[in-house]
Amino acid sequence: MAVTSTTRWGGMRSDQFSGLMLLVLALYVAWEDRAYPIGSLQEPGPGYMPLLLAGFLGVTGLLIALWGGKSARLASLRWPGAKRTVLILIVCAVGAAALEHIGYRLMMFGLLVFFLGVLERKSPLAVIVASVGFSLISYYVFATLLQVPLPTSPWGY
Amino acid sequence: MLETAHNLILGFSVALQPTVLAYAFIGCIIGTLVGVLPGVGPLAGISLLLPATFGLNPIIAVVLLAGVYYGAMYGGSTTSILMRIPGEAASVMTCIDGYAMTQKGRAGPALAIAAIGSFVAGTGAVVGLMLLAPTLAAFALRFGPPEYTALLLMGLFILAYMSGGSMLKTLAMAGLGLLLGMIGIDTMSGYTRFSFDLVELGDGIGIVPVAVGLFGISEIFLTAGQELPPKVQKPKLRELIPSREEFRQSVGPIGRGSLIGFLIGIIPGSAHIISSFVSYGVERRISKHPERFGHGAIEGVAGPESANNSAATGAFIPMMALGVPTSPVTAVMIAAIMVHGISPGPLLISQQPELFWGFVASMYVGNVVLLILNLPLVGLFVNLLRIPYSYLWPCILCFCILGAYAVNNSTLDVWIMLVMGGVGYVLRKFGYDLAPVALGLVLAPMLELSLRQSLAMSAGDYRIFIQHPIAATMLGIGVLLFLFSLKPLLFKGRDWREKVGLEEQQG
Repeated sequence: MAVTSTTRWGGMRSDQFSGLMLLVLALYVAWEDRAYPIGSLQEPGPGYMPLLLAGFLGVTGLLIALWGGKSARLASLRWPGAKRTVLILIVCAVGAAALEHIGYRLMMFGLLVFFLGVLERKSPLAVIVASVGFSLISYYVFATLLQVPLPTSPWGY
Repeated sequence: MLETAHNLILGFSVALQPTVLAYAFIGCIIGTLVGVLPGVGPLAGISLLLPATFGLNPIIAVVLLAGVYYGAMYGGSTTSILMRIPGEAASVMTCIDGYAMTQKGRAGPALAIAAIGSFVAGTGAVVGLMLLAPTLAAFALRFGPPEYTALLLMGLFILAYMSGGSMLKTLAMAGLGLLLGMIGIDTMSGYTRFSFDLVELGDGIGIVPVAVGLFGISEIFLTAGQELPPKVQKPKLRELIPSREEFRQSVGPIGRGSLIGFLIGIIPGSAHIISSFVSYGVERRISKHPERFGHGAIEGVAGPESANNSAATGAFIPMMALGVPTSPVTAVMIAAIMVHGISPGPLLISQQPELFWGFVASMYVGNVVLLILNLPLVGLFVNLLRIPYSYLWPCILCFCILGAYAVNNSTLDVWIMLVMGGVGYVLRKFGYDLAPVALGLVLAPMLELSLRQSLAMSAGDYRIFIQHPIAATMLGIGVLLFLFSLKPLLFKGRDWREKVGLEEQQG
């Protein structure tokens, strides 16, 4: 069953798939737009423009799908760095969540240690020098010299 | 004319003061660095510096931020040409032929022509600003909601016309950007739309996290997946000199780009982005060999780079004379002036002549400083790119996080940036151009407001757009270009846009 499903999706063309995804997004926006008054032509309401744009996106998405018969097969698209990309995204998201709790310097230090030490496998000395250097210097430049308010940890870092 | 000369002398007496000169220089250096660093555009750079200007006097504050703005325009071309990474959105078009020239070993001349074109356009635009500001400001004052609507729609039609063989994808991305711009409080009714109960989304999605995510983060994701990191060419000073033929080919595009950029710059919208698109489209359209575009045509570097610098200067006209921000960058700069209790608008020039003319004169100085920075010192700035990519991308990513966070001190902006990075990564894999998303986001509030005001003015009669001559002309041009762009979809014949394979270049 899984194989059949994969084959079915893989048989699609990339433009057909992306066009349909845009159509689905447009339908979702139009559905969510129910919460806002459309108004009238004389006095358009807050839901007027989003509905107009959702219709526009839906039509262009549908046309992309219809005209997409000659695009590359969906299965032929290569995603060589996808796992790495997802990993970077997750780590950055964790870092963003921790930013206001552990402070800018510790968060940046942690992120760089992961990127340089785990992903790029640099030597421990290089990782420490780059991570400490970047987090401290960037904090000094932006927070101290330029007085951009950056979060600090409960321990003062 | 005599009065203008007198005012300019007053301006230079302000701009050449050692303190002002020093801050103009610092602004230009920071701007060039901001432009060189991928993912950190002028808006993020200016936003980061904004709190630092609160303690300065207003002239110095404006001169510093303006230096960052047009410095980034100059510097943005460097990474576009050498690495195919637009330092800021206006350099997107420069990537296409600039990087193709780099691949052919002509990085030096591409950088030189970009700097020379930027200097000529920037200086010319300051002259234009000085001489034509009153007339052009008066013309722009005749714009009402129908004209603004037509203008913005024309911008989108032009975007579709210039799409590289996939007008539908460009329009879809513009639609996506416009939809993103619908998030937040509706200014006319007070409804909060699509905020998912997040209070911070009430102000809408900012251009900084979206632009940094789409252009900076997605680029990092794409290059992080490559087996080999992108190579960085390091041109030497003697390699910068363009050939006689390259100079000859660049003269026309620089002139046209300067004019196009200036005219578009005074119109509200993301002028510097639109102008580089329009300039590229015009150059390709009028070229006897459009097939060269996308494969290293120097006109594709000279035109857009001149246009975006000219537009950056032109954008200051409505900002200073009318108090109307024409882009997010000028909106931030207006905030910087207003912090000091000064309101930009028609009375600014008469009430604050030192500020206005000092600012104008500082732009002359700034352009000279930038030419010096960008020609002989280009190797110095390129040194930033000599850092091994395995060290560079984590640092750029951290700068992106810092930039997105610092604008509003909001973690949500960092999340939005990351989501946009992921979305941009996927869309680029599917061959979508991302610039229309950023453009749509900026234009959305203006388009919605002007459309709804127009309909309210005409009691729902759409004929208002053809009853107003200026609006009708702009819409006519837009529709004509749109119909031209439909041609390859309706007929099987391939036109110039498909032949040059722009989309393939961008993908």
